[in-house]
Amino acid sequence: MYKYDQYDQAIVDARVEEFRDQVQRRLAGEISEDQFKPLRLMNGLYLQLHAYMLRVAIPYGTLDSRQMRMLAHIARKYDKDYGHFTTRQNLQYNWIKLEDAADILADLASVEMHAIQTSGNCIRNISSDQFAGAAADEVTDPRPWAELLRQWSTFHPEFSYLPRKFKIAVIAAEEDRAAVKLHDIGLQIHRNDAGELGFRVFVGGGMGRTPMVAPVIREFLPTADFVSYMEACLRVYNRYGRRDNIYKARIKILVHEIGAEEYARQVEEEWAHVKTLGLDPPAGEFERIAAHFAPPAFEGGLSDDLDRTDPDFALWLDQNVKAHKQPGYAIVNISLKPVSGIPGDASSAQIDLMADLAERYSFDELRVTHAQNIVLPHVKKADLYTIWQQLEANGLATPNLDLISDIIACPGLDYCSLANARSIPVAQKIADRFAGLDRQRDLGELKLKISGCINACGHHHAGHIGILGVDRKGTENYQLLLGGSGAEDASLGRITGPGFDEDGVVDAIERTVEKYRELRTEGERFLDTYRRVGMDPFKEAIYG
Amino acid sequence: MVEFLRFRDDVPHEEPAVTLDAFLGQTNATAVRLESDEDARKLLPQLGQLALIEIAFPKFRDGRGYSAARILREAGYEGELRAAGDVLVDQIPLMRRCGFDSFVPEAAIDPAALERALGRYDDVYQKAADGRSPVWALRHG
Ligand code: HEM
Ligand code: SF4
Repeated sequence: MYKYDQYDQAIVDARVEEFRDQVQRRLAGEISEDQFKPLRLMNGLYLQLHAYMLRVAIPYGTLDSRQMRMLAHIARKYDKDYGHFTTRQNLQYNWIKLEDAADILADLASVEMHAIQTSGNCIRNISSDQFAGAAADEVTDPRPWAELLRQWSTFHPEFSYLPRKFKIAVIAAEEDRAAVKLHDIGLQIHRNDAGELGFRVFVGGGMGRTPMVAPVIREFLPTADFVSYMEACLRVYNRYGRRDNIYKARIKILVHEIGAEEYARQVEEEWAHVKTLGLDPPAGEFERIAAHFAPPAFEGGLSDDLDRTDPDFALWLDQNVKAHKQPGYAIVNISLKPVSGIPGDASSAQIDLMADLAERYSFDELRVTHAQNIVLPHVKKADLYTIWQQLEANGLATPNLDLISDIIACPGLDYCSLANARSIPVAQKIADRFAGLDRQRDLGELKLKISGCINACGHHHAGHIGILGVDRKGTENYQLLLGGSGAEDASLGRITGPGFDEDGVVDAIERTVEKYRELRTEGERFLDTYRRVGMDPFKEAIYG
Repeated sequence: MVEFLRFRDDVPHEEPAVTLDAFLGQTNATAVRLESDEDARKLLPQLGQLALIEIAFPKFRDGRGYSAARILREAGYEGELRAAGDVLVDQIPLMRRCGFDSFVPEAAIDPAALERALGRYDDVYQKAADGRSPVWALRHG
């Protein structure tokens, strides 16, 4: 894991004092709320319906037990004893007082954490593959590149007042676990024919009210040109992205309006100039960062055998534990989606427990996933049973990874001032309806995603089944979408037809999945069946 | 409170700035004002004759001027580069990094707050137009 040196620490410490100063000027009335807003947003402080929300950056979703415990401590001391893990691998506190914000940032800085650029129209926290460093299918660990981007983008003088927020994700595997094609810039590290590593550059994806899957603008970007090329991509956007209409300001609209080829041409032209400025750090800097991500000291010669006699343990193994590249090790997924729970929420006690498990059993590392779950990336198979027992005792062993109850949901009307409808109760009703694990497992991989309004924080466009809350003549109404995907086969869901009330949408989902069971062929996931047969049979089943 | 800030030692330029269109249409102006949607690169062929370029910030959220400033500095412009309009204390450090060296904020600025803001960070992560060495250079110096 990356560790700060004196420079990183000094910058984060200075940020705390800067924010303290900004808050004091606001509280003293020296600056208006309008002027304060972009400053607090660049520190992850949002005003929600009932209180301030603070979003803490978890760069590329990686953290250690000390950092995880600090998150629990802050939840206990300054919030209501819980935190919410988000689709951007961050953590949010929902009940923060403005007066406490600088102290919280100081606590975070003491464990090499911050809330820098977790909102605002700047380059946001960089996200990545939650299985980085553990997955068998990666060509390299993508996180050193993500860290390089984190440093480059931190307080970038030219790109702090972009037309709109800017989200970048980096992966290094064929399987896309980070939804790169739905980011402003998605980067996929791969090898060219000469065996060198480089980036496939996707630009102009995103969700929101105009969802788009990003086109490729560069098939192979050599690693030595990485930073200067990003600089060129952002400069073209900063200069030409629309600023007349907030709904058209994301880079996806620019790329769509001028075309991916023209955007790529402008970037190449800008880059030809930018490349001469010496903005790319030397290879030695990348190597310094990469050394922090060296594989942990795995034990060799461990057995892959497991005692599966406890049926509940076996169920969890099959659903939540994934293959590790190192023999004798496994990747553990901790579901934050218990039946009747709030997707992504964890109590301080649970956060502490996960920290303890990571420290003892996973080389002190944890990951946050964009599906709002937690990962212990490097666990010895021999320890799995003990870990499972402890998770089980703390409500953290729900064996539902990637099943219909592993729902992504935005905060919705329970917290969010932009919401049209509640998301959390709908997620809970769906999880209740499909609580039977046999039924869920029979339905197989089914990614269900809920947003409380068109902003799509809950990724509904990318759900195999998506739900969108809308306001219909003053009452909460839910539209159903089918056929989206945020993975390597990225696609956008289509709306089935007229919307439903809260119970109606749960019924409609039930009819949809029953239709799928009727139509599926051997081994077909819901998404595959939908793609094969199209919308009509489902429409008929739903609206009859 | 201050209404004009200048980080240069030379004598302030007195000639009023003309619009980009006027500048491109006449050959002898030495000061020009760019609106936020105007292309700074149009000035490049005649940079040598300019002593003052003023870049407008109609709203502090409109960040195009940061790119314009860097483009001018990257092209070798050494004259006065002024940010005018909705320019706030907390933006001036970033603007300085992009090459601005004078400021005419719409609302006067508290010099004490500005001094704190400008002195806040000893080091920076990226190269820009101010010649500061980024931490990656210091680490491998
Ligand atoms: C106070 C609460 C929140 C507000 C006001 C808010 C606001 C927004 C807005 C306005 C957009 C649309 C941006 C655009 O299309 O340009 C958006 C998108 C998004 N938000 Fe949120 N959000 C909130 C909470 C969250 C939370 C809790 C998460 C994570 C669980 C989240 C993750 C996202 C994601 C992933 C997107 C889609 C990115 C994209 O458009 O490409 N947001 N949010
Ligand atoms: S999707 Fe809408 S309701 Fe949900 S968090 Fe985002 S802005 Fe709020």
